[in-house]
Amino acid sequence: MALIRIENLKKHYVSGDETVEALRGVDLAIEAGEFVTIMGQSGSGKSTLLSVLGGMNHPTAGSVDMAGVKLYELSGERLADFRAEHLGFVFQSFHLIQYLTALENVMLPLAITGMKKGEKVQAAREALQRVGLAGKADRLPSQLSGGEQERVAIARAIVKKPPILLADEPTGNLDTKTSEEVMALFRRLNDEGQTVVMVTHNPENCAYADRTIVLRDGLIISEQEDAVTTRSAA
Amino acid sequence: MKLHTISINNLRRRKAKMAFLTIGLMVGIATIVTLLTLTASMSSDIGKKMDEFGANILITPQSNDLSMSYGGISLGRVTFDQREISEEDLTRITSIKNNRNILAVSPKVLGGVRLGERDALLVGVNFDSELKMKQWWRIFGEPPKKEGEILLGSAAADTAHLTPGDTVQLAGRPFTVAGVLEQTGSQDDSLVFMPLASAQKLLGKEGRITLVEVAALCSGCPIGDMVVQIAEKLPEAKVTAIQQVVESRLQALDHFRRFAFAVAGVVIFIGSLIVFVTMMGSVTERTTEIGVFRAIGFRKAHIMRIILLEAALVSLLAGVLGYAAGMGGAKLALPFMAESKDAALVWDMAVMAGSMALSLVVGMAASLYPALHASRMDPTEALRAL
Repeated sequence: MALIRIENLKKHYVSGDETVEALRGVDLAIEAGEFVTIMGQSGSGKSTLLSVLGGMNHPTAGSVDMAGVKLYELSGERLADFRAEHLGFVFQSFHLIQYLTALENVMLPLAITGMKKGEKVQAAREALQRVGLAGKADRLPSQLSGGEQERVAIARAIVKKPPILLADEPTGNLDTKTSEEVMALFRRLNDEGQTVVMVTHNPENCAYADRTIVLRDGLIISEQEDAVTTRSAA
Repeated sequence: MKLHTISINNLRRRKAKMAFLTIGLMVGIATIVTLLTLTASMSSDIGKKMDEFGANILITPQSNDLSMSYGGISLGRVTFDQREISEEDLTRITSIKNNRNILAVSPKVLGGVRLGERDALLVGVNFDSELKMKQWWRIFGEPPKKEGEILLGSAAADTAHLTPGDTVQLAGRPFTVAGVLEQTGSQDDSLVFMPLASAQKLLGKEGRITLVEVAALCSGCPIGDMVVQIAEKLPEAKVTAIQQVVESRLQALDHFRRFAFAVAGVVIFIGSLIVFVTMMGSVTERTTEIGVFRAIGFRKAHIMRIILLEAALVSLLAGVLGYAAGMGGAKLALPFMAESKDAALVWDMAVMAGSMALSLVVGMAASLYPALHASRMDPTEALRAL
């Protein structure tokens, strides 16, 4: 059974007299452990698709099934709980809290759990270790490079070991070399079993994924397996 | 990492905003504390003066015929055949339940005498208790200490051309003027005072008392209770509290207190507006941050808790600082406001607790809408990247 299943997903936005159809009937299934990239031009609906997958944007029609749960049949606060337990987010602009250290930023998702302080610190340090930033736990975001901030954001997203990691243009603000390092990190996490769904406009990033879905005008126009999957199959 | 870590760290980062918030609320609290403390201190000062200066309970015989006035109080018309208070009755006054509140009991016998070419009112008093009660008296010479001596009011002495040491005839007997009162501006200026026993003998009223003045140490306590107790001991006497002097002063103070509350209310309202506007601005600035919190699974209640905790911390600080500033302000203002130069500042724990509680309530109430607004932010809109 697919970890994520979307059926006939539609999303309309009403702006004055105009109705914008961001998604016009998307069907998609993602298996556990897959690394899927979603590509498309600006206005293709990829960001809307990610926000729907993230439980933050109610669809106009269609169903979203994640980990066996009909996502949008949950109430508002149960949706928040679902995000806390099942989803990790990596944002394009990192969105780190500037007045918290790297360690504190990574511990943020743990602030609403009943874990003891020592357990939270240990979990955060392990996450920072996994992203290669163990030595920078006490730095503020302003004291980190773009790539390092992105790693902290990834560590924050995986600290609770969520089944699904959602990433929105994670390399959008990074240079080429740093982008490669970050993508390699995502690949490594996926090799360790993490399911990753990533929105990107950079075709080079698709090389790291198992599958790339291309959106145009709110519909999937193609799906292709990538070099990684092809290599693995071989 | 707990929610309060987020609140505390945010306040630490935004020191200027926090200072602005704190000052806004602090001014309101300081105003209330200053005004409350000033009114309490002024009340206490007046009460102390009332304890020290003058009688507050008057005991007269039950009669509708008294027409004499003493101390501005109408006593009715004196007739020789009325029932007067006996000296034995005096011991019953000091046996009441609240006898610890009695500063002095000053019995008086009144009667008319001829002083020189004019009639004057003779008042026989117990000088020990009378001097205790009338601390504003200034005497040229000495108070009468033995039989045969009298004390004259300033106007009475002027009229009769008498000074301390002179001898005067009263009802055919010689009396020495032991002292003359400095002008008091009251009825005392025209009276002749002599020891109670001498006056009783002179007026033929041995063992009898025309009226009794009682000075009660009753700052803040209901004089009514003592009046009732005395009335129970002396059922044949009329016991009244001299309310009007106390009441007029306390009325003026009451007007000041109401005005003070109105001013304080306005200042607190302005303070709460400052808190509201600043918190709303802060929440708007933190739109993305709040979006992140919601995206990673914080509930609306978590967001509200973060915002309200920040408000609570700032409000508590404002309460403490406001109390300190308010007491400082009261200390500076009291010498200019109180009737006496040595009026004491009243330190009331209830005011301290109340000011901190008020600061907390106002700060959090003003932050409630901003907190609600923050919790209802659409995470997608907040983040914009998605």
